[in-house]
Amino acid sequence: MDSNVARFWRQIPQRYNLIGNQCGSCNKIFFPPRESCPYCRRKSMEKMHPYQLKGKGEVITYTIIHVGPKDFEEQVPYPIAIIRMDEGPQITGQIVDCDYHKVEIGMRVETTFRRIQEDGYTGAIYYGYKFKPCSVD
Amino acid sequence: MRDVAVIGVGLTKFGELWDKSFRQLISEAGAKAILDSGIEGKDIDAMYVGSMSSGRFVGQEHIGALVADTSGFSFMHIPATRVEGACASGGLAFREGYFSIASGMNDIVVVGGIEKMNDVGGSSATETLATAADQEWEAFFGVTFPGLYAMIALRHMHEYGTTKEQLAQVAVKNHKNGALNPYAQYQKEITIEQAMNSTMVAYPLGLMDCSPVTDGAASVVLCAAEKARQYCQKPIKIIGSGQGSDTLALHSRRDICTLDATVHAANMAYKQAKINPKDIDLAEVHDCFTIAEICAIEDLGFVKKGEGGKAVENKITTLDGTMPVNTSGGLKSKGHPVGATGVAQIVEIVTQLRGEAGRRQVKDARIGLTHNVGGSGATCVVHLLEAV
Ligand SMILES: [Zn+2]
Repeated sequence: MDSNVARFWRQIPQRYNLIGNQCGSCNKIFFPPRESCPYCRRKSMEKMHPYQLKGKGEVITYTIIHVGPKDFEEQVPYPIAIIRMDEGPQITGQIVDCDYHKVEIGMRVETTFRRIQEDGYTGAIYYGYKFKPCSVD
Repeated sequence: MRDVAVIGVGLTKFGELWDKSFRQLISEAGAKAILDSGIEGKDIDAMYVGSMSSGRFVGQEHIGALVADTSGFSFMHIPATRVEGACASGGLAFREGYFSIASGMNDIVVVGGIEKMNDVGGSSATETLATAADQEWEAFFGVTFPGLYAMIALRHMHEYGTTKEQLAQVAVKNHKNGALNPYAQYQKEITIEQAMNSTMVAYPLGLMDCSPVTDGAASVVLCAAEKARQYCQKPIKIIGSGQGSDTLALHSRRDICTLDATVHAANMAYKQAKINPKDIDLAEVHDCFTIAEICAIEDLGFVKKGEGGKAVENKITTLDGTMPVNTSGGLKSKGHPVGATGVAQIVEIVTQLRGEAGRRQVKDARIGLTHNVGGSGATCVVHLLEAV
């Protein structure tokens, strides 16, 4: 991926700390943060407040990537899932610290801070969240 | 609003066309459509061309003007516009052409679709296709395009008991149809074992669940229906057109297994045409992956949600079934030059409704549907055509 530094840096609060936002009109929580609430639209303007997700959720579907993008080639095969966070938003992320045969729908997971990819061209390393099986729930 | 008809169609061979350039492909498809229609260059009021990513695939943007130029119309200064909606670019270009005649602004429009994907390497092509996904919240974390559809497939299996074998049956059926299509990339049947045991790409999808990387172009000529008979013996009328959008990222959708953009587009088209799914004789649907065909026949209302896998197993969608789907071979076997696909679907339906589909002709076909999807379902466009 042609990630550039400014583009990545802008998303550090979300990708490092899982900060989404909440609509002050209907109280729905979003991750990544949205500029406006798609349910309330104009009623949500100026009312979208930062919201810290706790980082726990449940796998609702997953796949095992066997043919990966260039910057992920050395990681294959790796599991990646859509996780429904306890607060409501759904997020895509890799599952780590778990044999990929053991990943299943319904599994409880929590976020963990990891290296995501290395840009082979610039050498820049990008960090962000992945998910691991929940230790204590 | 005026009625509009398709009066000409043209297609290049689909495949790895090393000896053909972007310019040659689109000129060839356009010339075939124009010759088929009986119009002349001076009759053309406007051109629309669909391409997902000519900029990344061949390093050339600004292809509206390029297509008019390379087709020999540069000194006629015909308005020429490119339309983009990822893999739905062709279907969207067709819809824009339709609007421009229905509105009364134009009488005759040429619509094209093209993608020249093999000039870059396979991994580069895959990366370009992935730009149709959410770059910041999907692709950044390492999910690929097949990976997104694999997640739809696994959830579909979990909720409805859809099987890997049913997915494989989609591929087998589409290759069987493609074997009868001289324009198809793969004119070869495959066995259920080959489809079940192909190299894993993104579990549970193997190579035989995925459409290939393809070069190709398609074109059609549209005309105000009241003037169509001046040029053409068998005009095919557009009776419905619908389009829908959804979240760019799969994870934010209402339901992982339903393409709500398809449901929305289909309902819009059915309402305009005043028909329901039962009235349709055949359909070309967007089977970029086998699971996508199963979701499509559900979301278009041919079968209930969750019953797509069973419908395939019961052979409802085969050439001689009650609802033939992807008689051309679909994206899987005919090939998927992304920007061309939506227009090529129209070419197949028009060919069928004219009764000119040869060995893959659906008997007494009167109403046909096309379904073209961008990304993992963020854009969808549906058209209904009728022989008049
Ligand atoms: Zn709200």
